[in-house]
Amino acid sequence: MELLQILPNLAIHRTAKLAIMTLLLLEEAWLAWLLPVPWVASMPLTKDLNVAIIDSNPALSSGVSIKKEEPPDPRVSTVTPATISIFKEIGAWKYIEQNRHAYFDKMQVWDYTGLGYTRYNARDANKEVLGCVVENRVLLSSLLSCLQSADFRKTIYPSRLLTLHRNSSSTKVDSHSSGLPLHGQGNLVKLDLIDGSSLHAKLVVGADGSKSRVRELAGIKTTGWNYSQNAIICTVEHAVENQCAWQRFLPAGPIALLPVGDNFSNIVWTMNPKEANDHKMMNGDEFIKDVNHALDYGFGPHPKSSMFGDGGIFSWLKADVTSASEFFEIPPKVIRLVSDRMMFPLSLMHANNYASKNIVLIGDSAHTVHPLAGQGVNLGFGDAFALSRVIAEGIAVGTDIGEVTMLKKFEVERKTANIAMMAILDGFQKAYSVDFGPLNILRAAAFHVAQHVSPLKRGIISYASGEQRLPLFS
Amino acid sequence: MAFKLPNQLRALYTATNYHHHHRILSPLAGASQSFVFSLRRLFADVPPLSDPSSAPPPLYPHSTKTSLAPSSLNQYELAKFAAIAETWWDSEGPFKPLHALNPTRLAFIRSTLCRHFRRDSYSAKPFEGLKFVDVGCGGGILSEPLARMGATVTGVDAVEKNIKIARLHADLDPSTSTIEYCCTTAEKLVEEQRTFDAVIALEVIEHVAEPAEFCKSLATLTVPGGATVISTINRSIRAYATAIIAAEYLLHWLPKGTHQWSSFLTPEELVLILQRASISVQEMAGFAYNPLTGRWSLSDDISVNFIAFGTKNSQ
Repeated sequence: MELLQILPNLAIHRTAKLAIMTLLLLEEAWLAWLLPVPWVASMPLTKDLNVAIIDSNPALSSGVSIKKEEPPDPRVSTVTPATISIFKEIGAWKYIEQNRHAYFDKMQVWDYTGLGYTRYNARDANKEVLGCVVENRVLLSSLLSCLQSADFRKTIYPSRLLTLHRNSSSTKVDSHSSGLPLHGQGNLVKLDLIDGSSLHAKLVVGADGSKSRVRELAGIKTTGWNYSQNAIICTVEHAVENQCAWQRFLPAGPIALLPVGDNFSNIVWTMNPKEANDHKMMNGDEFIKDVNHALDYGFGPHPKSSMFGDGGIFSWLKADVTSASEFFEIPPKVIRLVSDRMMFPLSLMHANNYASKNIVLIGDSAHTVHPLAGQGVNLGFGDAFALSRVIAEGIAVGTDIGEVTMLKKFEVERKTANIAMMAILDGFQKAYSVDFGPLNILRAAAFHVAQHVSPLKRGIISYASGEQRLPLFS
Repeated sequence: MAFKLPNQLRALYTATNYHHHHRILSPLAGASQSFVFSLRRLFADVPPLSDPSSAPPPLYPHSTKTSLAPSSLNQYELAKFAAIAETWWDSEGPFKPLHALNPTRLAFIRSTLCRHFRRDSYSAKPFEGLKFVDVGCGGGILSEPLARMGATVTGVDAVEKNIKIARLHADLDPSTSTIEYCCTTAEKLVEEQRTFDAVIALEVIEHVAEPAEFCKSLATLTVPGGATVISTINRSIRAYATAIIAAEYLLHWLPKGTHQWSSFLTPEELVLILQRASISVQEMAGFAYNPLTGRWSLSDDISVNFIAFGTKNSQ
């Protein structure tokens, strides 16, 4: 397979097989593109592919420098066990373990009404961990290291995509057309970059985030809506180590406290835009007070812990999971704010198609979700993994990797998984945004059910861990 | 042109008379219509026999064979394909089922031939250095993936239009532009004394007039110790229900009249005629369609579509 070297004003000699577009925004470092590349590098069927990476993030060439003494960056992701195993397979997890990372095996979810709570423990589902919280820059650096150590033909274009052209008359070849198509470029996409260079590729993978330029140029429409909520993220410090993931649903939106390692935690607080702005602007001490208030007695009482084994009407279902007997705990107090506060608007978006001829979308460019369950980046990694597999299978039978039929296989597989997850998350978001007596009771009942019905709890844990089976139908 | 007419009519006659299953023509007013329609098409679209690459049928009926000697071509069959040639590469067009079936056929070919030629099945180009011929290549649906897998591919088809389409499409991708396409027949290649490491004729044998002769030609094209792969449809009741009634009349996957049930071969017959041509069949598999997922897969069920891999006995 041939390589395409792009320098401005130089004639195009050969062709790049795969061009991966990405845009690492300041707020969200979406890493989905970094995953198919080392994966594709490690599989024998695909290691001869020629990959061009188009990304203006300077970290690509200069690397990501992370000083151990620095407090954690507020941009973190919670990676599920499924994602962890993907990383382990491509050999990237070892780089993550060299940096700060925080496994957690416990989780507590409750709301402001004080009517119920649920505690999850990894041991309920016979797992070691529920997930691991890793800073985005650590994920980025580990994937980069993995990429650099792979013996693989890749070219990095530190620029951004301007336009792309596809050969439109692709489905029917007219026997009466005279003249040859332009020297074997008929099936390729021509990409023009902002810095003036251009390249040709068989397949363009758009992993450039929710405002994807690739998606825009491909003409793929999206469906979705804005949640009238913004999220504030920041890093805070405790006096003791936090080993549990906490989430409390407040009237305006959930607040989550995730351990990131050492005595630090990450806060993701969702609320309406005006309050979010106030909280971003207010001074640090006031913010800390508000955070502690929100996690503790603010907005409503603590739920009552159920006595050992007393699950009320569920006690006949032997509560054979550890967490069923755990008492409600109050999260550790926040003592210090150690980073800036960042704010993002939240929305749900789903591209109507993930693939069209020669173009495929993965990660946030195909779908965005509410952060309330930490699933967004994991869906993206799932996409990347599935795409690499589909490409390998296609190459095994000599398929042209730009073929829509092959890409549609990827789309069908991932759409089902992604839409199911998005529907569930959206359902939660809506269920928790209404303060209405009967609905509150219903939610409380849901908490009790999840807390005490072990098969359901195990199902929820597996589903949230990325095991691809819906909680009720395993 | 005058001498062509009686031969074409004879071909038509033999095509329908060859088999005693008249009921095939009956249920369908559609069938008789397409019959008449194809008659008209015959005179419009059949490639001119003055084309140097295909031999004109001889006037003298020295051959008692009912085919158009010396080739195993069936003009009526050719005409059917010539009519829809432009749509070969439209994956939503009339050839959609073939596009859907293609990866499954390739999986079988890849697995059997990698084993036979002792190639690394994890390599992206396991057939590097091997010469393959795709007999009845059509628009090149099979030839192109084989070329991408590293083989040196020659694609032959008796319909000129198909070769033109195949050539144009292959030129769109540098990895397939090296495929050699010829508008010719297996018999002509035999005359040119060409040989190949693997001879592949998928979904062709049910359209030829003389399957036994065709197999002999395929065998001659294969080097001793080489591979021959043939796929076709079984002459079973289930195949009639599936490949003809369902595919042609109910689902409209194929144009009506694409297949004649009586031209189908049973696996036993295929094995026998291949054996007589010095090819021993080593493996056979069937293709099963899952209507829920719309995907084909390899299976042990050879009652409808099946594919056979055989090796040429080394003398």
